[in-house]
Amino acid sequence: RERHRAKRRDGDREKKKRRKGRRRRASRAGEREDELQARHEKREAGRRKRAKNYQESEGRERDEEEQAQIKTGKTAKTKKNIKNEKTRKVEQEEGEAEERNAKGKKKHGSAKKEEKDEDGGKCAAKEKTQEVKKKKHKRKGADTLNSLSPEELEKLKEAVDERKKLIQGLRGKPWSMKKKLVTLRESQEFVEKYEGALGKGKGRKLYAYKVMMAKKWMKFQRDFENFKTACIPWEMKIKEIESHFGSSVASYFIFLRWMYGINMILFGLTFGLVMVPEALMGRPYGSIPRKTVPRAEEASAMDFAVLWDFGGYAQYSVLFYGYYNNQRAIGWLKFRMPLSYFLVGVGTVAYSYMVVIRTMARNANESGVGDDNSFNFSWKTFTSWDYLIGNPETADNKFASITTSFKEAILEEQESRKDDNIHLTRFLRVLANFLVLCCLAGSGYLIYFVVRRSQKFALDGLDTHTWWERNEVNMVMSLLGMFCPMLFDVISALENYHPRVALQWQLGRIFALFLGNLYTFIIALMDEINLKREEEKIVKFNITTWEASLYNSTVSENSTGPPITIQPADVPRGPCWETMVGQEFVRLIISDTMTTYITLLIGDFLRAVLVRFLNYCWCWDLEAGFPSYSEFDVSGNVLGLIFNQGMIWMGAFYAPCLPALNVLRLHVSMYLQCWAVMCCNVPQERVFKASGSNNFYMAMLLVILFLSTLPAIYTIVTIPPSFDCGPFSGKKRMFDVIQETLESDFPAWFSKVFSSASNPGLVLPFILLMVLAIYYLQSTSKSYKEANVELKKKLQTQNEENKKKNKRAALKAQMDLEEARKAASQTADSSQRLYHGKNRRNPPAPVREQGLPATRAPVPRNYHHGNHGAPGYLPGFPRQSEPRMHRVPSLQRH
Amino acid sequence: MKIFIVPSIISHRLQTISVSAVFLSLQDCTFFTRKEILRLHGRYHELAPHLVPMDYTNDPDCKLPLALIVNMPELKENPFRNRIVESFSEDGMGNLSFNEFVDMFSVLSETASRELKAIYAFKIYDFNVDNYLCKEDLEKTLNRLTKEELTPEEVELVCQKSIEEADLDGDNKLSFADFENMITRAPDFLSTFHIRI
Repeated sequence: RERHRAKRRDGDREKKKRRKGRRRRASRAGEREDELQARHEKREAGRRKRAKNYQESEGRERDEEEQAQIKTGKTAKTKKNIKNEKTRKVEQEEGEAEERNAKGKKKHGSAKKEEKDEDGGKCAAKEKTQEVKKKKHKRKGADTLNSLSPEELEKLKEAVDERKKLIQGLRGKPWSMKKKLVTLRESQEFVEKYEGALGKGKGRKLYAYKVMMAKKWMKFQRDFENFKTACIPWEMKIKEIESHFGSSVASYFIFLRWMYGINMILFGLTFGLVMVPEALMGRPYGSIPRKTVPRAEEASAMDFAVLWDFGGYAQYSVLFYGYYNNQRAIGWLKFRMPLSYFLVGVGTVAYSYMVVIRTMARNANESGVGDDNSFNFSWKTFTSWDYLIGNPETADNKFASITTSFKEAILEEQESRKDDNIHLTRFLRVLANFLVLCCLAGSGYLIYFVVRRSQKFALDGLDTHTWWERNEVNMVMSLLGMFCPMLFDVISALENYHPRVALQWQLGRIFALFLGNLYTFIIALMDEINLKREEEKIVKFNITTWEASLYNSTVSENSTGPPITIQPADVPRGPCWETMVGQEFVRLIISDTMTTYITLLIGDFLRAVLVRFLNYCWCWDLEAGFPSYSEFDVSGNVLGLIFNQGMIWMGAFYAPCLPALNVLRLHVSMYLQCWAVMCCNVPQERVFKASGSNNFYMAMLLVILFLSTLPAIYTIVTIPPSFDCGPFSGKKRMFDVIQETLESDFPAWFSKVFSSASNPGLVLPFILLMVLAIYYLQSTSKSYKEANVELKKKLQTQNEENKKKNKRAALKAQMDLEEARKAASQTADSSQRLYHGKNRRNPPAPVREQGLPATRAPVPRNYHHGNHGAPGYLPGFPRQSEPRMHRVPSLQRH
Repeated sequence: MKIFIVPSIISHRLQTISVSAVFLSLQDCTFFTRKEILRLHGRYHELAPHLVPMDYTNDPDCKLPLALIVNMPELKENPFRNRIVESFSEDGMGNLSFNEFVDMFSVLSETASRELKAIYAFKIYDFNVDNYLCKEDLEKTLNRLTKEELTPEEVELVCQKSIEEADLDGDNKLSFADFENMITRAPDFLSTFHIRI
């Protein structure tokens, strides 16, 4: 006996675990235990010797927990007693007494144990592993691993898998760090120990290989993940801004970065598939008229002013549509240049649509959790503080905004606010809208007027005019974009809206202004295109006469000599409206970028410098008073970004260099704006929520994308391409290139199939089918949504009912329990031996019964057991109402 | 110049290697990558260079008091900074070991799940640690949020309203179930309840 004691103390941790596992298991199924018992009795002697060694070593491994376990050692002992009942009947009585003792102890305090009881997932895993472990220990002595039966192997495998799962899910568990680390170490040890042993004979090698590969794969994944996070550009910069200015300002920079990513891909497409092939494999500069600067412009083609305007050499380069040749295949690769040009144009738009819509869908998924207003106050209380804020000024503003939002909510709640003069407010609002409309119309007219005037100037020749007259259009557009929003801001003060509503109005108005400006610009451009086409007709006629005269003169002079060569620069050529459109867009982008940067420098930087340094010698406080520092205007900047992107989409077909320019612009803006924000802006007072507005921006982007592809597609489809420039010259329409490819590059049957597939008889039913499908999907999604809402409601009511029921049940159970305990205490000693002797299959019943009050008893302050009084559920516990429901009735049964 | 640079690089390498074995387990327990854990360790070390060793191979047992941690710029402006640190400390008094320090920022990181965040948010707002958010807790929360700018009547009203809204079982205080039910529907919870480090 003495030896037994010593051994037990050595391995008490092991036993404790075993006990726990056993308790659980027994409550579920008795058969396993029986089986175990039988085997156990058989191998009793052999096992003990070996197990002792093992347990000793294990006990030492976990010496840090030793102290905690000494307390529980006794319970372990009792458990073992029960198990080894037959061999140690003598000890029985003593064991029972000890068991009672231990239980009492547990009731009083060991929070840790209780906690472990609650962690369902972990216990399930542990229990299994314990069981298997036990078996293994037993076996280890007498036989080797080889004698494990297939089921046991299966179980072991399961246990190992479960442990692995546990390791993976560990980071999401709300346990204290110490516990996590201990669990992790245990699990890892276990996995390492038994993983290799698993599988034998044929499967063994494969299994080991699999395990090794899985490990390697995990490591690779982790490294890759690390690498990926390291690759995200500007992460630190954005984090810094976020911590200073809160999430709303950071959302602009994240949006900018996202935009940059998209533009990178667009740039890759146009650069890799259009510009580089043409530059490398196409005919070199100066070989044909469209690739040469005309003789008249040659003198000034290298002037900076001309190049800045994207004329001269810049115009006759890969940057613009007109430079590309209509040769079907170029270079030794036989690269289909015109086809590639067309497909890249289409692909750009298609890709943009895809990305925007996908992002929108994802955002909608994320934010689609709650839109009801039933938790107004509690949300304000618990989620209004932005934990990201790390700057005193921002924090002050946030405090202020939270206070005002509370006050507003209180006012709304009381509904005692009487509109003092409804008629006046209405009148003012109508007036404000009228003023805004006037502004919009005025700006539209101004742009139209300026564009028409610039056409006149262009006809006269650019040299006769001043710089202002040449750049009038862009300047006017940029200035309008700068000042009109300010005007709107002033006007909106008339309206007396709630700030959030006011902000939406403001955004909507700026959007309308930009859109109006853009469309006026486009309409004016269309006029110009028509003018150019008229001009083209005349040029075409002139060229034929010119060629004829040339031919005649050569023939008449020397009839035998070779035809004289004409320099490509001397050949007369058409106006090439496509290049003109491309140039307009490029100029627009450049001037827009310049205005942005200059406003940034003057409006933000210079102002900040002046305010800071003049403040020492000024009569009032400049920093707190009138000019003060500027705020970062999130909405305006986002809108600017969106419209800039719209122009890119519109012009990219005629100027393949646009995405490249935009990438450059975004790159510079990222650094410049980051710097400007950090050095000369103050956090804004009106806090603009980032999460709710994300999809608002995306929706705007989608609208802009649609509106900007419309004119591009219109020009591509309806206007015939110029006759002497661009990859589609000589064709009736640009998209004829597809048909041409089909006819000449694909086998005959393919084009036949294609043409028969594209006849209206097939296309119309197909469109009809698609419309029907869309209708069907839409209606089903609608019904799903309704069902969802219904279910939500049901769930909520059920929840409430459950809560009430639970509460009642718990109260009742407690009363029953009290009674039972009283009864039990009366007959305690006499009944207990009887109970265990006869009813060995059901030992956990008393354990359960007495274990549960421990959760009710007033425990010391510890987060992990939240239910005393009523079984409300625990912070540390995954949301489960079912088990709780079960637990209460099972309690009542006993 | 070279003579100075080379040893520092080597020592840095050595430190990274020796430290990484210990931090590997942290990587499994938290949402951080190795690099981030190293950076966190740097921050932790910065808080008290004389207390925290650079070398973590032997997992030394050292804890930093609340007053030091609360002064980090990430927490400094937060009205609930004391509660945050206390909720993550084992003793409830706000003394954080490095493991708990990492755990804190892991839960507050972007990648942590909504459920996990909700559990700890509940702990943070539960000022008197009774596992319920009662009126007293709400009042304290409100006063910290608004810097006591609201009148007592207003505070009273807001508390009343909040409890009314979220309390499902009618016991006039919020249990975790009530809190979770409310917070999981909040649109801003995930975006605001995180700290970047």
